[in-house]
Amino acid sequence: MKISRILKTIFMLDFLTALIVAIKEAFKDKKTLNYPFEKGKISPRARGEHALRRYPNGEERCIACKLCEAVCPAQAITIESEQRDDGSRKTTRYDIDMLKCIYCGLCEESCPVDAIVQGPNFEFATETREELYYNKEKLLENGDRWENVLAANIKADNPYR
Amino acid sequence: MEYFYTLISETYKILFLLLPLLTAVAMIVWLDRRVWAFVQKRKGPNVVGPFGLFQSLADALKYIFKEIIIPASSNKIVFILAPITTMTLALISWAVIPFSEDFVLANINVGILYLFAISSLGVYGIIMGGWASNSKYPFLGAIRSAAQMVSYEVSIGVIIINVLLCVGSLNLTDIVLAQDKIWFVIPLFPMFVIFFISALAETNRPPFDLPEAEAELVAGYQTEYSGMMYAMFWLGEYANILLMCAMGTILFLGGWLSPINIYPFDIVPPALWFIIKILLLFILFALVKAIVPRYRYDQLMKLGWKIFLPFSLIWVVLTAGFLLYFDLLPKV
Repeated sequence: MKISRILKTIFMLDFLTALIVAIKEAFKDKKTLNYPFEKGKISPRARGEHALRRYPNGEERCIACKLCEAVCPAQAITIESEQRDDGSRKTTRYDIDMLKCIYCGLCEESCPVDAIVQGPNFEFATETREELYYNKEKLLENGDRWENVLAANIKADNPYR
Repeated sequence: MEYFYTLISETYKILFLLLPLLTAVAMIVWLDRRVWAFVQKRKGPNVVGPFGLFQSLADALKYIFKEIIIPASSNKIVFILAPITTMTLALISWAVIPFSEDFVLANINVGILYLFAISSLGVYGIIMGGWASNSKYPFLGAIRSAAQMVSYEVSIGVIIINVLLCVGSLNLTDIVLAQDKIWFVIPLFPMFVIFFISALAETNRPPFDLPEAEAELVAGYQTEYSGMMYAMFWLGEYANILLMCAMGTILFLGGWLSPINIYPFDIVPPALWFIIKILLLFILFALVKAIVPRYRYDQLMKLGWKIFLPFSLIWVVLTAGFLLYFDLLPKV
């Protein structure tokens, strides 16, 4: 062993350097957020809770093409549809099993009318499993609640598609 | 009647020491986590109470309401006794710690021996817990812990001899008063460093937390414990850490004496100086936890037996020779 190495060990120079570094770092800015009180920035592409959107006149966007049901790798989506009196095809049932869903975003990608989207909300934990079996009313309600954000996100992401 | 009065007053004194001590242990856990977090640029517990000070109380409340699971194949009596032993032994050693010249619960002549004996007994709680769990990780953890604590107690013992040579008394109050002129940390600095490292090993703190090395042994001897029993191990451990800091303060940092005997320093009450010194030592403990990686087991044993023990023995000879040659040996 070299003399310098022995001296370094005896005087614990490595340890003292680490101690100084540690004390310096301790007074620097913290990198953590106080999560429930302050939140980090979320990308417009974030794939969170699902929502079904409407047109500005209040009509549902979904045309029951069932592309999302077909593409869903987890088979979490179930759709039933019928023809309405005005001739348009609309869903009578649109269920997403949020427990099966793997949040891959393929439903959003496949949708031709931007009806089913995944919003920025990721805080929808519930106390029972049943509450996570979303039906059409719940999804439309989500869409109404988040519409401003959803529309802005789609617009922000548009140049990259 | 007089007997009864003594009983009441002694109980009062014990409570007066124990309750603040337990509160201090809770606060010290918070401080530990905070310092650790700060070094890693995190915030640490800061939600419960001001600056998160009540985090430990919240944790304790959680532990109290949790179920205590006793493994079916364990030795139930020893299993339950183990955390109680650890905590009791960690608390009774505080009886001889002098907070100031006149505030000490039991001012016995052999205070340092008592401290040493009790801290040696501390290993029993761990061995009992590891053996009674009847499970492999706790058992291996307990064996490691026993070997580690026994090894480092030897060098702590020799370090204490160094101090005793300079004092000439085993009484803790006398040891502090002997540092009136100069704290022993200055003439015996290498011994202070070795004492500090041995204290880390003695209390199973990182980098010597092999008995509970989570990568290898899950949680060591604590693996099978849950609820309040786990919390008692945890309280005992931190009370022991505080005790080691107090021992270091008394032996090397001049106990309750103020660093300089001039105006702004000498109005601070002596007990406060004592607490400040303990806290500074503890912050060093916490910093070490944040910056040093864990030792391998053979390195730990090598450090204890091949380096610390010979070095502190040589230092005893040096100290004794120096004191004898310059006729500085304390007159008894």
